[in-house]
Amino acid sequence: MSDLLAIDQVWKSFPRRKAEDLLVLKDVSLTLAEGEFVSLLGASGCGKSTLLRIVAGLEQETAGEIRLDGAQVVGPGRDRGMVFQQYTLFPWLTAQGNVEFALDDVPRGQRAEIAREYLNVVGLLKFADNFPNELSGGMQQRVAIARALALRPRILLMDEPFGALDAQTRGLMQELLLSIWERDRLSVLFVTHDVEEALILSDRVCVLGASPGHVREIVDVPIPRPRVYELRDSAEFVKLKQHVHGLIHDEAVKATGLAGVLARGGY
Amino acid sequence: MIVATFQAENPSVGAAPQARGQRRRKAGIFSPIPRKHYALTAGIALVVLLAVWWAASAFKLVNPLFLPGPGEVWKSFRLWTSDNTLWLDTRDSVTRIMLGFLVSSLVAVPVGILMGTYKRTEAAIEPIVGFIRYMPAVAFIPLTLIWFGTTETQKIVILFIGVFFQEVLLVMDNVKTVPKQFVEMAYTLGLRQPAVLWRVVVRYSLPGIVDTLRICMGWAWTYLVVAELVGAQTGLGFRIQTAQRYLDTPLILAGIIWIGILGLAFDYGFKLIYVKAFPYMKRGR
Repeated sequence: MSDLLAIDQVWKSFPRRKAEDLLVLKDVSLTLAEGEFVSLLGASGCGKSTLLRIVAGLEQETAGEIRLDGAQVVGPGRDRGMVFQQYTLFPWLTAQGNVEFALDDVPRGQRAEIAREYLNVVGLLKFADNFPNELSGGMQQRVAIARALALRPRILLMDEPFGALDAQTRGLMQELLLSIWERDRLSVLFVTHDVEEALILSDRVCVLGASPGHVREIVDVPIPRPRVYELRDSAEFVKLKQHVHGLIHDEAVKATGLAGVLARGGY
Repeated sequence: MIVATFQAENPSVGAAPQARGQRRRKAGIFSPIPRKHYALTAGIALVVLLAVWWAASAFKLVNPLFLPGPGEVWKSFRLWTSDNTLWLDTRDSVTRIMLGFLVSSLVAVPVGILMGTYKRTEAAIEPIVGFIRYMPAVAFIPLTLIWFGTTETQKIVILFIGVFFQEVLLVMDNVKTVPKQFVEMAYTLGLRQPAVLWRVVVRYSLPGIVDTLRICMGWAWTYLVVAELVGAQTGLGFRIQTAQRYLDTPLILAGIIWIGILGLAFDYGFKLIYVKAFPYMKRGR
């Protein structure tokens, strides 16, 4: 079958001064079908963000290949919409101006209207004329999502987009993203270190092991959609969560070098 | 006092009930004060300075030849204005400063932007500029006289030397503050390199660059006297030096204060441009 995105045996190492190259990704392979929501889950330092940046074309893989619609990815492009963890709205543009920035391919006269449509999707039409520093963190990320959607990309790449938000806002943002995804059937590659977040959003969760980053296990999430907030308490969800937490915990212990310390009998 | 400052900044916010026997915390570190208090304090400080000056000369604490009183300086200033020379001096000096500043900025801004953006450009220019900027502008006077004679060009070149080498490095630093993620964002939005440079890097650094221009305009004013040291027949700096020859300290002080006032006016102009051009730079919520 033809996948939308293929991450094909990707290796990545960074050169270091006066030291051996640092290997951060070891032979990672993953595919993503059209309309699929896949998360890259792992402890900090497992290379998940690096992998996403390679898919975005912002980093170059050391070996292997990324293909989008069968064509090799060689650099960043409009076919992949990116949402970063840090707020990346251009401060000199209003919310609407920021979304219009993604509409270079649209005739000038239509940009404003289309930008406002996308702001409406994320519920921020009222704030179209506000500058980013007049918006809360959650609102800024919603504008960033609207901007990425305005590209009408083949795939949405999200690098811990809600990582800097408080727990309540994060929950609401997850619901918003789910509703948009269910409406438009987007393809999403989503990086997070939050197990619950990954499970609630994804069709599949790719659990990455650390040092060097590698695919530990790809977990199917067979929970029916549309998913509602209450499912977090369902037996099926809790069981999945425990399983994934176990995987992550092992890897985190390995990655931090705390194995010896904890074995001495922490708790 | 937290309640009071809050009200001063947000008139729409209702007053909180007053706590009884509240403790005032005065002059806290970084604690804001109302605008009115700021202006009042600044005004009082200025009046005190003038009073000390006046007292020092009125009670003959200092030889009036060294420090004439405010009245003397004011008289001298009026005399200077009476025969139109103040206007001519000001016009010529401002023209020199504007030209020197303009030529310097026309080169420094684009070069500084390229230095801040491209490491190779920085490597080619930064060490040389960093070296030259420690050479005193005054020391270049003999050389510029040989090159350009006692012309207007010579004066503008001196101003250029005084300003450019600082300015270009400041602009470079302005550009370097552009967060890397803005550049990456622009690339993922499909922009090519020239567009990223122009629409993101330059656009982001613009407020910083305008601030740099303001600071460099200030330097241009401080180099005015140096520029008019030799071969000038008019100008504020020239007038001050002539006054020195005649031990005319009131006129020297009048000239210095007038330069200060003009410099302040230009500074204020730049701040106004900044506020008008970059409304998004004011603090949000």
